[in-house]
Amino acid sequence: MLFQLAWRNLWRNPKRTLILLTAVVIGVWAMIVIGALMRGISSQMLRHGIATLTGHVQIHAPGYRADPVVENSIPAAAPVTARLAALLPAGTRWAPRIRVAAIAGNARHSAGVTLVGIDPAAEKGVSFIGAAVTEGAYLPSEGEGGLLIGRALADRFGTGLGKKLVLMSQDSERGIASRAFRITGLFRAELEATEKEFVFVTLPEAAAMLKLGAGISEISLLLPSDGLASEAADRLRQSLAGEALEISTWQELLPMIRGVLELYDGVIFVWFLVIFIAMGFGIVNTFLMAVLERLREFGLLKALGMRPSGIVGQVLAESLLLLLTGQALGSAFGFLSYRGLARNGIDLSAVAEGLEYVGMTRIIFPVLLPRDVATANLVVFLLGLLVSLYPAVKAGRVTPVQALSSV
Amino acid sequence: MAMVECRRLRKIYRQGKLEVVALDGIDLAIGKGEFAALAGPSGSGKTTLLNLIGGLDRPDAGEIRLQNQLLNDLDQSQLAELRLRQIGFVFQSFNLIPVLTALENVEFILLLQGVAAGERRERARTILDDVGLQGLHGRRPAELSGGQQQRVAVARAIASDPAIVLADEPTANLDSKTGQGLLELMKEMNEKKQVTFIFSTHDRMVMDYARRLILLHDGRIAEDRAKAGK
Ligand SMILES: Nc1ncnc2c1ncn2[C@@H]1O[C@H](COP(=O)(O)OP(=O)(O)OP(=O)(O)O)[C@@H](O)[C@H]1O
Ligand SMILES: [Mg+2]
Repeated sequence: MLFQLAWRNLWRNPKRTLILLTAVVIGVWAMIVIGALMRGISSQMLRHGIATLTGHVQIHAPGYRADPVVENSIPAAAPVTARLAALLPAGTRWAPRIRVAAIAGNARHSAGVTLVGIDPAAEKGVSFIGAAVTEGAYLPSEGEGGLLIGRALADRFGTGLGKKLVLMSQDSERGIASRAFRITGLFRAELEATEKEFVFVTLPEAAAMLKLGAGISEISLLLPSDGLASEAADRLRQSLAGEALEISTWQELLPMIRGVLELYDGVIFVWFLVIFIAMGFGIVNTFLMAVLERLREFGLLKALGMRPSGIVGQVLAESLLLLLTGQALGSAFGFLSYRGLARNGIDLSAVAEGLEYVGMTRIIFPVLLPRDVATANLVVFLLGLLVSLYPAVKAGRVTPVQALSSV
Repeated sequence: MAMVECRRLRKIYRQGKLEVVALDGIDLAIGKGEFAALAGPSGSGKTTLLNLIGGLDRPDAGEIRLQNQLLNDLDQSQLAELRLRQIGFVFQSFNLIPVLTALENVEFILLLQGVAAGERRERARTILDDVGLQGLHGRRPAELSGGQQQRVAVARAIASDPAIVLADEPTANLDSKTGQGLLELMKEMNEKKQVTFIFSTHDRMVMDYARRLILLHDGRIAEDRAKAGK
């Protein structure tokens, strides 16, 4: 009967209750949807960071990360890669690479780039480049190699497919290595910076140019899921202990993204609080108004022998029903909006240029974590009850004589 | 046995420096089954006295006993318990909870007393029928006339078998014919169920029903006599 009474009291003033309900629904909805977008942004930053050649785990020669020059190379890939399958979870893929700083130039322009020599077949499943070529062709697995450059770099150099580009770097004997490549493919990436930074050739051609023989710079590993990285890295460290190799996880390789991910937990919680504060004021005010209008009734209840705690309970029950109804609707709408947005993502191309600096991708796909939905609902529920306590206690304090004598 | 006993009861209202002596040494005993009217001009202290007897307010001096229980000793929550179990209230207006039906209004008090659901409903139904509200159990207060609302209030007041029913000007908002009907009902309940009533009034007609008339004047009992009830 407590809740029956509470429910009917709520609908005594349907307009007011609907307004309050709408506020709760919108609040919960905004918490869930914006929270999911924030998660989407951060998870795409991570996805993008991992796809842009990082992978989940990388294997280098000691010293390479501090000084990424050809001298700090792994002498040969095969002895290491041969052992990986047995050590890593099923579904893990890996690709060996040569990676050095280089200068790209043609008759009119030159720019610093990162020259990446790849095994085209292995690379396909590991990083973004396998699916990024939009004009021309991806590098062939056999035979004569070519050169892949980013669309943005091509535009800047005023060059294109079929044209030549000279790449210059230092070889393993500290001589100048310089070679002209014919551009065979243009790739696009989420960030323009990526298109300007990387140029890709095949592993044998990079090795020949840099006089590296069988040597490589790194092996990049892609695990079935993000969370497996440290465990996999530990196993590799143990098993490859004698090999003079350095194993790093994405958390170590992408400290900024890792920091952002950690920061987002806090940001999302603060976002929930901000929304709640806006909503909380509405709840307190409206409930206070509703309570003040009914002082006479609370006085009557007290005269009839209801305890102050009973009256507090009565008001809280009304708040509880309102909050739960609002939360149920808000969560449902939030979920539907998430489903709608998840289908195509949100295209931020119009503002993408500014966003690139912070590493955001052009299209945001929301990510709904059950944890965030639970937190949002818990925040609304607990804080909602907490702020209703004020009007409730006020109602409980009414003395029957006062309430009944004020006509 | 005295249901209510007041001794040297004083109540003073203070508003700033102004002191109003609302009750000034009331000695009064009401026995079981009495049907007593509290009369007197406006401001004579009728409401104040009923509030003290009902445990809604506290005296500044003097003692009140309800069935030999000294109310002065009780704390707020004990007073609430006492109001719930031993006293029935009928106020002048706004007696009922607007969102509850007549039946639920009566049930509500039984619910507070912890009466089980089935028995609650049964008792509430019987009492509403007793006060002549057959067929109106499901109506909300707003859908009842003033007289019918007061009947629900009487039903609620006696539903819990209280030691005494205190009615502060129960007919003040009713026309005289409806008021008379309500008094008839109270009298019937008094006679049939031995419910003890004290009701305050300005109305001659209402006083006529009483078998005891207590006349207040400036917070004192000016006259207290037994009489024949109508
Ligand atoms: N809360 C209060 N604060 C100050 N004075 C009060 C208060 N309540 C009552 N009084 C004063 O106490 C005196 C007695 O009031 P009370 O309400 O008991 O009279 P009453 O006989 O019930 O009058 P009425 O017939 O108008 O209902 C009056 O002078 C009144 O002004
Ligand atoms: Mg009065």
